[in-house]
Amino acid sequence: MMKKNDKGDKQTMKLNRRQFIKQVAITSAFATAGSIFPGVSFADWSKLTNNSGVISWQKSPCRFCGTGCGLLIGVSDGKAVAVKGDPNCSVNKGLCCMKGYHSVQALYGEDRITKAKVRRDGVMVEVPIQEALDIIAQKLQETRDKHGKDSVAIYGSGQWTIPDGYVASKLFKGCLGTNNVEANARLCMSSAVTGFMTSFGIDEPMGCYEDIDHANVFITWGNNMAEMHPVLYSRILANRKRRSNVQIIDFATRHTRTSQAADKSIMFKPQSDLAVANAICYEIVKNGWVNSNFVNKHVSFHKGKTNIGYGTEDHFAFTDQEEGISFEDYKAFLEDYTPEKVEKISGVPATDIKYMAALYGDPSLKVTSFWCMGMNQHTRGTWINNLVYNIHLLVGKISTPGNSPFSLTGQPSACGTVREVGTLTHALPHGVVMNEHDRQMAAEIWDVPLSNIDPKPTYHTVEMFRALDRGDIKFIWIQVTNPMVTMPNLKRYREGALKEDRFVVVSDVYPTPTTDVADVILPAAMWIEQEGMYGNSERRTQHFSQIVDPPGEAMSDTWQIIEIAKRLGFEKQFPWSEKDYIEKIWEEYRRFHAGPKHEMAPYKVLNERSGVQWPFVNGKETRWRFNPQHDPACTNGKDFHFYGQKDDRAWIWARPYEPAAESPDNEYNFWLNTGRVIEHWHTGSMTRRVPVLHNAVPSSYVEIHPEDAAELGVVNGEKVKIISRRGEITMPAQINGRGVPVRGMVFVPFFDESYLINEVTLDAFCPISKQPDYKKCAVRLEKA
Amino acid sequence: MPIFSYLALPKEGAGETMRTELSALDYCQVIPADNQDVVVLVTDTPDATTEERLQKNLRRLPSLQSLSLTFGYDEKE
Repeated sequence: MMKKNDKGDKQTMKLNRRQFIKQVAITSAFATAGSIFPGVSFADWSKLTNNSGVISWQKSPCRFCGTGCGLLIGVSDGKAVAVKGDPNCSVNKGLCCMKGYHSVQALYGEDRITKAKVRRDGVMVEVPIQEALDIIAQKLQETRDKHGKDSVAIYGSGQWTIPDGYVASKLFKGCLGTNNVEANARLCMSSAVTGFMTSFGIDEPMGCYEDIDHANVFITWGNNMAEMHPVLYSRILANRKRRSNVQIIDFATRHTRTSQAADKSIMFKPQSDLAVANAICYEIVKNGWVNSNFVNKHVSFHKGKTNIGYGTEDHFAFTDQEEGISFEDYKAFLEDYTPEKVEKISGVPATDIKYMAALYGDPSLKVTSFWCMGMNQHTRGTWINNLVYNIHLLVGKISTPGNSPFSLTGQPSACGTVREVGTLTHALPHGVVMNEHDRQMAAEIWDVPLSNIDPKPTYHTVEMFRALDRGDIKFIWIQVTNPMVTMPNLKRYREGALKEDRFVVVSDVYPTPTTDVADVILPAAMWIEQEGMYGNSERRTQHFSQIVDPPGEAMSDTWQIIEIAKRLGFEKQFPWSEKDYIEKIWEEYRRFHAGPKHEMAPYKVLNERSGVQWPFVNGKETRWRFNPQHDPACTNGKDFHFYGQKDDRAWIWARPYEPAAESPDNEYNFWLNTGRVIEHWHTGSMTRRVPVLHNAVPSSYVEIHPEDAAELGVVNGEKVKIISRRGEITMPAQINGRGVPVRGMVFVPFFDESYLINEVTLDAFCPISKQPDYKKCAVRLEKA
Repeated sequence: MPIFSYLALPKEGAGETMRTELSALDYCQVIPADNQDVVVLVTDTPDATTEERLQKNLRRLPSLQSLSLTFGYDEKE
């Protein structure tokens, strides 16, 4: 890049080695400050650009979690060299977490994939990317011709940009006629979707992050926000510091950094959150804390099937059957959940259950509940989502500032790409494949025959990889995700992918265990090396421009799909040029969401702002849905309008406690819980290539309660063998580290491909959402 | 040729003074937080002797409560 010096001469402005080291020094200081001083912001750093050697700043959402922090990316000499929080983004107001501050370093790992590779005689050899694309198109066509339209599949992620997911859905569902489209968000938030759909008839939170600035009580349900959504937790802590009437209740199965900062930490036995939620409702009803005015006007009561299974067998199928019930029926259902009875199931003292109920029931307190994987990765994930909504609905604490049941997402565009674009087998960009009107809309916008869109869903994620193992699927294209680390009961699915006549294409930025099973590897552009959009947890769509060039022959995932579509003869449906394809795709996609319930902002508006919340109606964003003071879709003339359900009401569900798919017994006597750490993003394929983050937590470990460790005769760092009915793994113990599980449970972070903990986990899932439970299976421990 | 970054905290009520005093020192870059009384200090000195002199000057600052190291790098000439 060029700039003029004081004399007006052009000179090359290069970032030299020392300047780069200074950027790293600054970034490290910011990250440290962020972890010590909640809410600290260094937004005025831009005034120092001339000193630091950084010559331009451009906005982007963060690459990592679903919070959707706004970043400013510092670019020098064509390279992204620095990051600071975007003060204009209302999500984070200038703050970042350690992953955000170091995010641009993830672009520049030494082993970045820059060229396409094809397996020939068992060996991966480099080929020009156009040749690799030819091979993929040919193989896809051959497979389809020989084995039928449902023998090919695409598997993406909540890290797909919105255009990535949109063109994938258009090609596979609209043009190729198969509903074999899934994304890894099935593994992280599909229970949130089915929770919303069953309780409200429409997806995504009614509230927004501004709830944090209004609530008096925050209850985290199995949610280690301090590590998983650190910027939002910092906002909560900053509110507690600033306001005198704020408290945090941590309701969890493991002591974490969230517990340490909470005012009260309540531990429950795995799976028993179902019983505790019902007990809270029992107390609310018993003590007369029901907001009768709200309930009578806006709520109806329902029940569904019980003893619904766990999906551990192939071809498992389940359809719920809704039945309306009365408030009196619901009261009778709750009689099984007195705090004293539930204490025996959950281990939570009855006094603590009553305490939580009193917080929800006190009309003077505004309460926000947060959850993420703890409730969603659950064999009754839909039910526990329903039950927390029940609590908020009984007391009428919903859809107003500070009163919010808030489901957080884990990936930057799980909402934007997977939930809104509909990159799941049953979904379309608007509605579902089973609905003829929705299919007609898609066929018209996509310019394909209606008959192309199959009205029958095929495989959800677990069943998709089972189908690959069985041979029902022969060709799979995996983009922006790493299922050979993340699939539960992993051994079966890795062996399935490696079978002789399977063809696996993987688009990624670094080598992973998933590229290890690939027949073709495509080098992908990463994050700000392409233009795109993400959609975060609070219905905020966030646009980013291409800020730096991708390395070598790396290409955006969107354009890779377009290249294949053109090779397969779908030029008419994919007519765009590389110059403006993202804008054109966005404006086509936006047609699916026209109307006040889901109107999306035009491209021009997205381009200008650090995110825009939908519904975006008449130039105005919607903060709180279902509330006519904020939501233009409300038309019933009342104080709330839950317009998603056919009866214009929110639904309370009688959902019972049922045990986990696999619980500890005499042979396998520990619970295994898996999850994440703040330093690493998902499977670590990016963050483990950032030296500061990698050095902070270089490898995985198993957290053991100190008394369990003493009984086992294990001290910190000694090796422990974890054995389940599916596999075993040996790894170092961590005792009294950052997290301490309760007795009888161990916890393992899954970021480290050297320790594939998912060879041990169980592929049981919620029968309604089909989301697996990574938090509960039975294992035994041996000192290694 | 060491480069260090620190978090600098002032004594009570001395935030503005500390920022001024740190900014006045050679080889120092000061990045104040805009919503809290904490400063990121980056030092970039040409040699060990200068680094030692700067360390002494930092320790003498009356407004400074504490200096916490967050990053260190020493490039040999």
